[in-house]
Amino acid sequence: MVFSNDVLRQIIVSHYSAPAFKKAIDDPTFLKIHLSSQNCIDDFNLYLKVDNNVIKEAYFSGVGCAISTASIDIMCQMITGQSYEYAKKLIDEFHKMMREESFDQAFLEEAIAFINTSKQPSRIKCATIGWDGLSVLINKDQSDKKE
Amino acid sequence: MFDVKRIREDFPLLKTKMQGHPLIYFDNGATSLKPQVVIQAINDYYTKLGSNSHRADYDLSYYTSEAIEATRKEVASFINARPEEIIFTSGTTAAINGLAIMLKKFLKKGDEIILSYHEHAANTLPWFALQQELGLVIKYVELTKNGEITTDNLRRLITKQTRIISLALISNVMGVVSKPQKISNLIKDQNIIYIIDAAQAAPHEKIDVKAFDCDFLVFSAHKMLGPTGVGVLYGKMEQLESLDPYLYGGSMNDKYDKTGKMSYLNVPTKFEAGTPNISNIIAFKAAIMYLKSIGMEQIREHELMLREYVIQQLIKEVPKIIIYNKEIESNTVIFNIDGVFAQDVATYLNSYGIAIRSGEHCAKLLHYYLGVGSTLRLSFYLYNTKEEVDVLVAALKAGGDFLDGFFK
Repeated sequence: MVFSNDVLRQIIVSHYSAPAFKKAIDDPTFLKIHLSSQNCIDDFNLYLKVDNNVIKEAYFSGVGCAISTASIDIMCQMITGQSYEYAKKLIDEFHKMMREESFDQAFLEEAIAFINTSKQPSRIKCATIGWDGLSVLINKDQSDKKE
Repeated sequence: MFDVKRIREDFPLLKTKMQGHPLIYFDNGATSLKPQVVIQAINDYYTKLGSNSHRADYDLSYYTSEAIEATRKEVASFINARPEEIIFTSGTTAAINGLAIMLKKFLKKGDEIILSYHEHAANTLPWFALQQELGLVIKYVELTKNGEITTDNLRRLITKQTRIISLALISNVMGVVSKPQKISNLIKDQNIIYIIDAAQAAPHEKIDVKAFDCDFLVFSAHKMLGPTGVGVLYGKMEQLESLDPYLYGGSMNDKYDKTGKMSYLNVPTKFEAGTPNISNIIAFKAAIMYLKSIGMEQIREHELMLREYVIQQLIKEVPKIIIYNKEIESNTVIFNIDGVFAQDVATYLNSYGIAIRSGEHCAKLLHYYLGVGSTLRLSFYLYNTKEEVDVLVAALKAGGDFLDGFFK
């Protein structure tokens, strides 16, 4: 499946201008992580409601560029209702795409809008900031539960 | 005569390409490009001298030490100081941190430090750390509508507890110039230490510490055509003599014994513990000599010409432009495209080979004055041209949703 740049661009613009999962959560039962970077102005929070290793709800709040905002919004959409295991595979495939390795296109759905990122290396951090935060939250939650 | 074409020949990086386009370097506020003479000077040290300084037992070491002292003399003459008043550090940040540590012994709970919202993190966080440790009070001078620091506004803040005033000469964002002579006159004969952060000023205008009559002045080599990792801490001799070192070790001690008794060498050596950044200190001399050969006034004139031109073109050609420092003479222009996130504009410009900075520019208090978080900063230097400005303006004009660069 090959999408034109116009389609990919529309995906990013629509998720940036009208993010469906942007919502500040003030509920201690949500897992929460703050996402920021030395290199840019991105300033996000990511919130997960998890039950038995399944992500029931996912939201984000804050400000960032078009790429980071759209990427987090798409991520929240894709992980809602999914297991940790599924989310981890998404993270892996997304990073493979960033590194220009072969990856499962169909599995990444709308997230393939970021397939061009590697050509603009300064934007890799924008595209991955949400996915990296998700990875930290999942790992931390799983190791907390082991203890 | 100022000949920008000939100047550009001296900078190897201007022959490089970024994203397939000739590099247009507008991020001079962050660091400057280096002329070939500076690169060559670094190479020369490693190929011809290579030894440590302060050891005069053999020829190579002697010439290394001499080369470092030659830079010290050049720096001193550049800012109208005495060579003994010049301390080499790793940069402006290290210089201000060092000062904060050394001045601590004069400070106590309730003492006041005056800063402004313009200050770079390097001139705020070291003082915040002292504030927390000693219970100091930090005050911010009120800025005028144009962002200037006036003596009237400063006078209102000064009390019997004021011990330090530390201000940028030129803000790394707005380009605002504070007037050092007026400030030093205002605090004459009061027990107040006046520190100038000249990191953004030294590359662009004549520095004269005698005329400024400041107690300390700091700047970095890398923003003025010199190498990274070298900074200058200037101090009035009587001030330097009153301070204890902030770094201890080799090269700075006179004698010491097993009981912990130690004595130091004279100023400035006592403040330069450890092996210095030899190659880069030596190459810094080449940078200053290069700047002098062009002329600081000519450089300033060229930058102001470009600034006037870019502002005029942006207003004419880019309807959604917002310029925040139109009224301020400087080498920087701070702007946004209405409705577009600053970083999206910066990375879009990257796809045209244009290097420009987005963000808060390490001055995270400035939004209190500016009322906006992230902006784009265009900062000129001697090698920039009107043709480069034309490329920028055309790119911004064709910006659309500013995601073009992402889909090339």
